This record gives sequence, C-alpha cells and structure tokens, in this order.
Amino acid sequence: MTERDTRVNAADSSSVRNVPTGPARKGPTGIEPARITAGQPGGARATAEREGSRVVLDGKGIYYKTLNEQIREEIENGATEVILNNIIGQRYIGTGLAYEGVTVLINGVPGNDLAAFMNGPTLIVNENAQDGVANTMNSGLVIIKGHAGDVLGYGMRGGSVYVRGNVGYRVGIHMKAYGSNLPLIVVGGHARDFLGEYMAGGEIVVLGLDSDVEAVVGSYVGTGMHAGVMYIRGEIADHQLGKEVRIAEPSESDQARIAEIVRHYCAVMGLDSEEVLRRPFHKIYPYTSRPYGRLYVY
Amino acid sequence: MSPRTFLPAEFKVVIDKEACTQCGRCVHQCGWNVYTFDEAERRPVPNHAKCVACHRCVTYCPGEAITIKKNELAFRESDSMSPALIKGIWRQAETGGVQLTGMGNDRPYLRIFDHLLLDACQVTNPSIDPLREPMELRTFLGRKPDLVEVVSSNGKPRLVVELDRQLQLETPILFGGMSYGSVSLNVHRSLAIAAKELGTFMNTGEGGLHADLEPYQDNIIVQCASGRFGVDSDYLKAGAAVEIKIGQGAKPGIGGHLPGEKIDYQVSVTRMIPQGTDALSPAPHHDIYSIEDLRQLIYALKEATDYKPVSVKIACVHNVAAIASGVVRAGADIIYLDGFRGGTGAAPTIIRDHVGIPIEIAIATVDQRMRDEGIRNRASIVAAGGIRGSADVAKAIALGADACAIGTAALVALGCHVCQKCHTGSCSWGICTQRPELTRRIDAEWGASQLVNLVHAWTHEIAEVLGALGVNAIESLRGSRERLRGLGLDTATLEILGVKPAGR
Amino acid sequence: MRATSPSRLGQGVAPGKEFASRPVYREESEARILGGCGLMGVCNQSGARMSGELALRSMASMHDRGNGLGGGFAGYGIYPEFPELFCFHLLYSDDQAKDDTEFYLRRHFRVVMEEPIPTKPIRGIENEPILWRYFLDVSEERLHQTQLGVEDYVVHAVMDINSDIDGAFVASSGKNMGAFKGVGFPEEIGEFFRIDEYKGWTWTGHGRFPTNTPGWWGGAHPFALLDYSIVHNGEITSYGINERYLEMFGYRCSLQTDTEVVTYLFDLMLRRHKLPVEIACKVLASPFWNDIDRMPDDQRQLYTALRMVYGPALLNGPFAVVLGMSGGMVALNDRIKLRPLVAARHDDTIYVASEESAIREICPKPDESWMPRAGEPVVAVVSEGGKQEAMKASLSAGQRRIAKAPVTGGAQ
Repeated sequence: MTERDTRVNAADSSSVRNVPTGPARKGPTGIEPARITAGQPGGARATAEREGSRVVLDGKGIYYKTLNEQIREEIENGATEVILNNIIGQRYIGTGLAYEGVTVLINGVPGNDLAAFMNGPTLIVNENAQDGVANTMNSGLVIIKGHAGDVLGYGMRGGSVYVRGNVGYRVGIHMKAYGSNLPLIVVGGHARDFLGEYMAGGEIVVLGLDSDVEAVVGSYVGTGMHAGVMYIRGEIADHQLGKEVRIAEPSESDQARIAEIVRHYCAVMGLDSEEVLRRPFHKIYPYTSRPYGRLYVY
Repeated sequence: MSPRTFLPAEFKVVIDKEACTQCGRCVHQCGWNVYTFDEAERRPVPNHAKCVACHRCVTYCPGEAITIKKNELAFRESDSMSPALIKGIWRQAETGGVQLTGMGNDRPYLRIFDHLLLDACQVTNPSIDPLREPMELRTFLGRKPDLVEVVSSNGKPRLVVELDRQLQLETPILFGGMSYGSVSLNVHRSLAIAAKELGTFMNTGEGGLHADLEPYQDNIIVQCASGRFGVDSDYLKAGAAVEIKIGQGAKPGIGGHLPGEKIDYQVSVTRMIPQGTDALSPAPHHDIYSIEDLRQLIYALKEATDYKPVSVKIACVHNVAAIASGVVRAGADIIYLDGFRGGTGAAPTIIRDHVGIPIEIAIATVDQRMRDEGIRNRASIVAAGGIRGSADVAKAIALGADACAIGTAALVALGCHVCQKCHTGSCSWGICTQRPELTRRIDAEWGASQLVNLVHAWTHEIAEVLGALGVNAIESLRGSRERLRGLGLDTATLEILGVKPAGR
Repeated sequence: MRATSPSRLGQGVAPGKEFASRPVYREESEARILGGCGLMGVCNQSGARMSGELALRSMASMHDRGNGLGGGFAGYGIYPEFPELFCFHLLYSDDQAKDDTEFYLRRHFRVVMEEPIPTKPIRGIENEPILWRYFLDVSEERLHQTQLGVEDYVVHAVMDINSDIDGAFVASSGKNMGAFKGVGFPEEIGEFFRIDEYKGWTWTGHGRFPTNTPGWWGGAHPFALLDYSIVHNGEITSYGINERYLEMFGYRCSLQTDTEVVTYLFDLMLRRHKLPVEIACKVLASPFWNDIDRMPDDQRQLYTALRMVYGPALLNGPFAVVLGMSGGMVALNDRIKLRPLVAARHDDTIYVASEESAIREICPKPDESWMPRAGEPVVAVVSEGGKQEAMKASLSAGQRRIAKAPVTGGAQ
C-alpha cells in the first residue's frame, strides 16, 4: 500500500489548504421542528370550562407562561376553584399568586418552583411534585398527595406544606418565623440529608409512615439551625445530627402541638391520626441561637 | 507569666493639653469607648488600644485639640513577615478565630484605573463645552431587542415591538446594595431620598426593605439574596427591579455576614431571625447549583413580579466572562459585576484580601465576550468594586460598562473614614451600626444632600470629560476603548483590556 | 500518521495570503466550558428495542433547562446489520479534515462500510459539520504488530484523531451504538438526525446550557469512547486533577469540556481495571470519611483503599451523570446530591431524568418512581439473550441508508 504523504509535506500542498471555508450557511431554512410537549415555548391557550366560580383548564401541551397567565386571568375574573388537568412539568404554577380563598387543583406532575413566593392560595397536587416547592413561600397551603423533590420550602416564611410521600435533599433550609408568620412542613414519608439546614424559625415534622426500615431522616439534620423546631417520628442516631442541634423528648406543650399538627394533616390526607400518634416522637432543637458566635475574631 | 495579649495598640491618641477645653465631648462621641473622663484631673484619658482612627473625636473637638497618630512601634524590617502578618498570627493564637474585617481590599495590588488615561480632542476634531452645550448622560438599564419594528400609521411612524421594562437613570451612577443591618436605617433613608432626587436607584441589599422607604419604592432595587431575608410578595411588588445576589466582590464564593452584634429588634423583625444571632446568608443559593437553576429563579421572580427587570449580581472571579455569558443567557436583564476592591460590612480577611479579580479586567472581558457571542444588547453591565471618583466612572464606561455603582464612596460621603471596623457595630459616625445613640447621628435629609452633592459633582466632572472627548452623549463613550490608553501596563493586561499602550 | 501543519502566522505571509493559516477549529475559548443542562436515560432490560422518538420527546419536555446551544442522544442496539463492527461517527469541519481522517482510518483499519449520517434539514440547525459514519474492523495482524488489545487500539485511534487532526472529531466509537449530537435544542437535533428512525434498547439524551461561543458541535453531550457514553449535568470542580490523573494512563483530554473526564474514568475503571460498576461509582462519588469510619471492618478497608488509590479520580462538584454502555445503563449523583435525578420503572424498563415530568411524558404510569440517594447508582442491565432476540428480528425498518456498495480499503 503506497504512502500518500506527498500531499502532506509538499510546499504547494499548503496552497490547497489556504482557501477559506467560505460564507457559513445561516438563516432560516429547513423544516420547522415539531412542537410536541408542554415544555417547549409557543402553542395555544388552554381550553377552559367554566361553571360558576369553578374553572377547568386542560393543560395538555400548554407552555407554562401561557398557562400561568390564564390562571391569573381566571382568578381575576372571579374563579375561586381552578382545576388543571394533564399537567406535565409546567413550571411556576402558583408562583407569586396573592389571593385568599382560592384553590388550585393539579392533576399531573407540576414542574419546578411550584408555589414559589406564593401568598395565600391553596394548592393540591394529586400526584408527585418536583423540586423547589414553596420556595420563599409567604402564606397558603400546599398539599402533595405523592412525593416531592429537593429544596422544598427554601426560605419559607409562612404557610404550610403537607407531603404524603417522601421528600428529597435540603428541605426546609433557612425557614424563618416571626409572630404569627410560622411556616410548617409535614412529611409523611422520609426526608434526606440537610433537613432544616440553617433554620431560623418554623416547624418541620417527619412522620416516616410507610417504611419501618428506611431511615426517617438523613445526615446533617439541622446543621446550622439557630431557631425553630423539628419533630421526628422515628429513631435518629447521634451521628445524623448537625453540630448545632440536640435531641430531646417532647415536653407537654410540644406533645400538644404535635397532636394538633398530626390531626390536621391526617384529616387532609385521610389517615388515622391516633395510629400515627401511637409511636413516639423526638424533638430536635438548636441549643444556641448564636452557633457561630465564637468562630470569628475582630 | 503569659501576657494578656501580644498585640500593641495600632494608633495613639494625642491630646494637646493647651487646646483642650475639657468639655468631655470626645467621651460621648467615641463609639468604641476609647475615652474616660478623669474627674480629678478634669481631662479625657484615652485607651489607645481601642482607637480605630475613625476621627469622630477629632472632628467634633471644639478646641481641635486631638490628633491620631500611628503607633510607630519599630519592628525589624521584613518584606515577608510584615508587622501586619505577625499581628494576625498573634490574634489567631490568642482566640482561635477567623479574622474578620470590613470595607474593601486594601492590599497593594495593581490599580488598573490609575494606569489608564483618557483622550481629549484637539485641532483635528473639536471638543465640546459642557457648560453651555447639552451633554446627555441618561442611561437605560435592561434588555434591549436586536432590532426595532416600525410601521407607518396615519403617516406617522409607530413602534410595533414592545420593549422589555427598563430602568431609567439620569446619570450613569447608582448606589450599590448595602443591607439594612449592616448599615443603619438612616443610611437607607438617605440613600432612598438621594436616589429619588437624582433620578437614579438605590439597592436594599440583602436585609429587606423597611416600611419607611415605601414612598421611594420607584427608585429602589430590591435584592433577593441566598438568605431570602425580607422577601415576601409586597417586597417584590415594591421595587422597580429585583436583583438576585449570587456574590459580591469583597467575598467571592462565601455568603453574607451579619454578626449578632448588629441584629437589634428592628433588624430581627425585618429579617425574621432571632435577635442577637448571627445572620449568615448561605454561600450558594441552595436552589442554585447550576446555571439552569439560576434561570429557574430568574423566571420565578419574573412570573412573581409581572416581568420586572431582573438583575444578577456576581463577584468578579477568574472565569467571570463565561459566567456572565451564562447569566445573560439565563435571562438576566442587568448584570452587576463586583470587583475585588468592593466593600463589605463584614468578611473574613483572608477572603477579602486574596480572592477575586479587578473590576477593570472583568468589565473588559465580559463586554468583549458578550459582543463575541452577539448578545451584548441582552443585558446592561453595571460595574462596582472600589469606584473612587468620576475618573473611574468614565474609564469604566469607556471599557464597556453601562453604569457604575458606588457603595464605599457613598458611605464616605456620609462621614465614613474607612477605618475597617464595620463588623463591630460600633461605628461612631452612625453608619454601620444599630445602636440608637449612634444611628441618630445621621440625619436622613442631611445625608441625602451629601449624596446628591457627591453624585452631582461627579456627573458634572463626567460631563467635562465627555466634552473634552468631543462627544455629547454617553452612548458614544460606552465601550469605546479607543479613547483609552494604558501607561505602565504589561502586554497581556493591555490585550485583555483591549486598550492600546500610550503612543500607539 | 501525519501531524498537522504548523500555523503560518508570523512567517512573512505574502500579501493576498492573509487567510493563509489553516483554521483551527477550537471555537470554544481556551477556558473550560461551563454548562448546565437536562438529561434523561431509558433502558429496556429485556433487550427489546425502542424508537429514539421516546428520548426526543422526553428531552423536548425539558426545553427550558437548556439554551439551544447543545443537544444530543446516544442509542444502543441501533446498528443490527453490523453488530460486531466498531462504528465511528465523525464530525468534520471541512473536506480536508475528512480526507485526512479517512487516510488515517484506511491505514489503520479495514473500512467495511462508510456513508453520510442521514439527516434532514431542520430550521434552527445551521452550520452543521460534515457528518459521516464508518463501520470498521481491525485485522489480527495489525493487533499483533502493535501488541495492543483491540479496544486499546481503537482508543488510541480516537485520541489521535481528536487531538491531532484539526477539524475532525469522533463523536462515538462503539459497537452497535452511536452518538448523535450538535448545536441546537435536543428536540431539534433529534429531528435533524432522524433518531425516530432508529431503534435501540438503551437511549440517553441531553440538552445543554453552555456558556461559551456556540459553534462547535463536538462540545455537545454525550461524550463517548468505545461503547461508553456519558451525559452530564453539572460542573466538575475537580477537573484539574482528574485530567492529570487520566493523562498518566494515556488519555488525552482535548475536548475542553469537563464531561470528557467522566467518560475516560469509566473506561479506565470498568474496562482496564475491571472494577464492578457499583465500585466504580463509589470511586467517583465516594462516601464521606464520617460514614466510612462507621462501616464494618471489611467494608471500611475496601472503601479506605479505594479512596487512597483513586483519590484523584473523585469527582467533586455538583453532578448527575448517565452512563450508557453495551451492558446497560448507570445513573449516578454526586455525594450530596446537588443536581436533580429521578428514576422510574415500568415492567422491565428503567427510566431516569432530571425532572419527573420528563419521564411521565414518555411513561405516563410507571410501576414505581423514586429519587435515588446521593452517591447511590441506579443500574440497569440488559439481558444478553434479550439482545440476541432483538437482533434476530428484521433490520430496523425505515432506517434508510444511501444505497452504496460497501467500500473496502486500507490495511487488510
């Protein structure tokens, strides 16, 4: 087989390669790519069926921006019950909604940042939710019948989130409370690492209902916590706790509060609250409000 | 016998006994309790170790009897083991603590602004007289479209496309974010009143918006930082724009820092955290671990505020150009670059002094990268981080910034003497403290007039510069690196800045 | 094999020859490319083959996770006609690169079949490179001459082409699999490459959010070497040492993207060091020392040894990766799960994605769905018997090829 080096090293070969590649093809040509999912921008408005103060919107294939605009419009026009069907991944549902006495029912899996910055309404998700639920939520009620993802309730300032199933990592980070603004997260299943990281107020309750084997919470629980409280129904080993928290048996007033929370949660989720309350809870609390006070020198 | 401390006093208070009127005013004025009044001898007695050289007593002494000198304790000369480093080791050996400090990086890194010179017109093209001729400095911050569609309607042209909301500034200078908590409420009031009068904007910083500032809300940018302090729907509705704070130049990569000393009742209410605890904003936003998460938050804020402009504030680090490009593509309308000289109320000294890059380099690389990608119009660049005067502003704009933000300079206008003790919460000038006997020293109206004076003065100076450059609109200087020359900068830096050396 | 010609800049270029130097196709800057993204993977463990349209639709529903500057897919089992030949997918910036590469391939392989990769023009996909695929074989004699195993031989060739032939890039180099990727939204890329016309038992997909000058198709995911392909969401902050560690073993990181090291690390640990896949995952996302100290003795010894030996291979930074390979699919998170990853199962098929809705788009009612733990891999294994069955079925209908007689040439 002959070596074909001649075109490689010869001086004149470079002249062949000195030709610029020419103007690049640009501009719109070709077939328009198909719009096949709700995640892609564009598309029509959702069809709406109204009956009194209730409206049903079919979210199939509707982009989140249009869908959320329509939800706001319907509420402005007097709807107090909004039902969303065929939701697959639309983001920001409930984001920034500031209305009292409004309920949004979601059939399907809503996208990220559900109820972010929300102020008042009730959101019910009949299946699983994704990440970022109730991000910096101000007030309102979020009920999730399935599981929820990571970073739930980040910077939550009020309102409640009830999850029937499990939640992921970094739940309840930097929750804050003042006066009557008391945020609450109740998890029916288990939570993973970094639960309640850097909490500055509020309540987190984890019930561990469906698994006797799986750990109810992960590691680094309450790391950096300096206010607020967590009630865990299940065993927690010392090594799972963050450096700033201690574990204790709930006092009488704690028990009363636990019962109050559990009864309301079970009523919403259709569970037997007495069965749930039969198992003992542990209380996790910060033992100082100034965990980093000794760290710095001025 | 172990000494109480190795650390000598840094300054010495020198009182001229002849001039001293023995009024005792210095005792009350000092926030750090340097003075006690010796009743027997009828004279103030200073504790030199506590003095931080803030000059409050100097300014208010009726006899002008006080001066502050450096404690010239001689150390054997060493360029490597300097006295400052020796003292740092002593401090840490005695406490085991992380050294904390305030204000901006004071180390002798190259000051690039001081090596850039502006052009002037002569003979071949005329300069313009700013005193008599119009000089336009109006600036719009926000996303601009690639083109504009115009149709003819009734013989008149009419704009078809609707522009995204913009922030309108009458001068290319705005106030950077300083949180309520790190500075006092009166400082915030001064900034708000001044911003409204100047037609520019102030920024709440990460501590929330106090109710008293509500009348000025059209001139306020509200900040959403990783601690989410004070962020509720009223807050988001109030501001003219929302800023996501990813980082700041004084402490890239780490979070916000408010020592417990500065969390009084009001701050605790606004921030919704327990009084007296340390407010440490987490280092990352815990919902932003990748660029698409930032996009998610930007659009969450847009959805929650009916599409107000969203600004993203980042610290200048090595790959700031790539980060800025990602941030702009994630949907930010304004990108705020904070250079390594930026100030802070509290930061670990090691981070403040050794992390980050200069704002000049950041402006140049970000501006160039955005132009290379064809996206320069999608976001406005605000430059900050030790902007010290109008010359810095003019040079920053020539490098590519749309506007400059000032923090340290604004506080200096209110009386700050840059003593770098902001983190102690004992500021005698009443600026970065929450103690009521100190905070009342700033009158909001007086403070506002100081700030208005400063910005007016700088604006006039910039107009002079523009006139000398032969342009009468700031758009013609923006990004025009041709009007800058470098003096004493190495080739690599000149190339990165896109500036020619003087002589070419 | 030839070297590239040196740049002619600064060599007294004659007037009129200002475009003298050959363009170097590193459209990305010298700095590393940051990225954020969305990803998915689907693996039918019974070996039954699925249309690529599933991967396309799943990625389309995660449109907002990307910015249209990168998308790609990898399919396994898509070339039933040549299951034993290495299939090289090549991206060429110009004809010269193609000529140079073909010269190289013919010299070092037996080219059984070569043809353009079928595409259709899609609005939004522009400036595509020349896209060709080659079905290759290596003769025993060549292997004997070079004293290399056949896979090492192929890896060498891929490194040579990627590093030394400017303008040429090997997108995938495995048997009975291929990577289809470029600059555009993933759904656009998927339509462009007509992946709905292919069928495979495993598909992975990716949409990229790069922060760099668009232009280089090679920068999109998946990154593939032999039959390992990686799609990656996140940023590897330990890239600096991962790269230098791999260079010790002969890998050359030339692609200016941190994802590259993940592919090479898996190749090193799975193929060359023959580590079980779960252990390889524990190297990349090692347990914390706190947790290792509490393990029973034998476990503690094992994990301590792994961390000592493979410390430079630890991936730090947020990441979620999906590894495709001939044996199945593995999905892995970093050890504090800073990136999202959801998994689901329906009958024999395992699904993973960055968002649950992306799974629901193609599997409306899974039997179970869960969130994997940090550092715990999701492993799907394709049964060999199932694969054989699937291959016996007729060739994938509709997989059109430009009719061409097979070309033989090069080293025999």
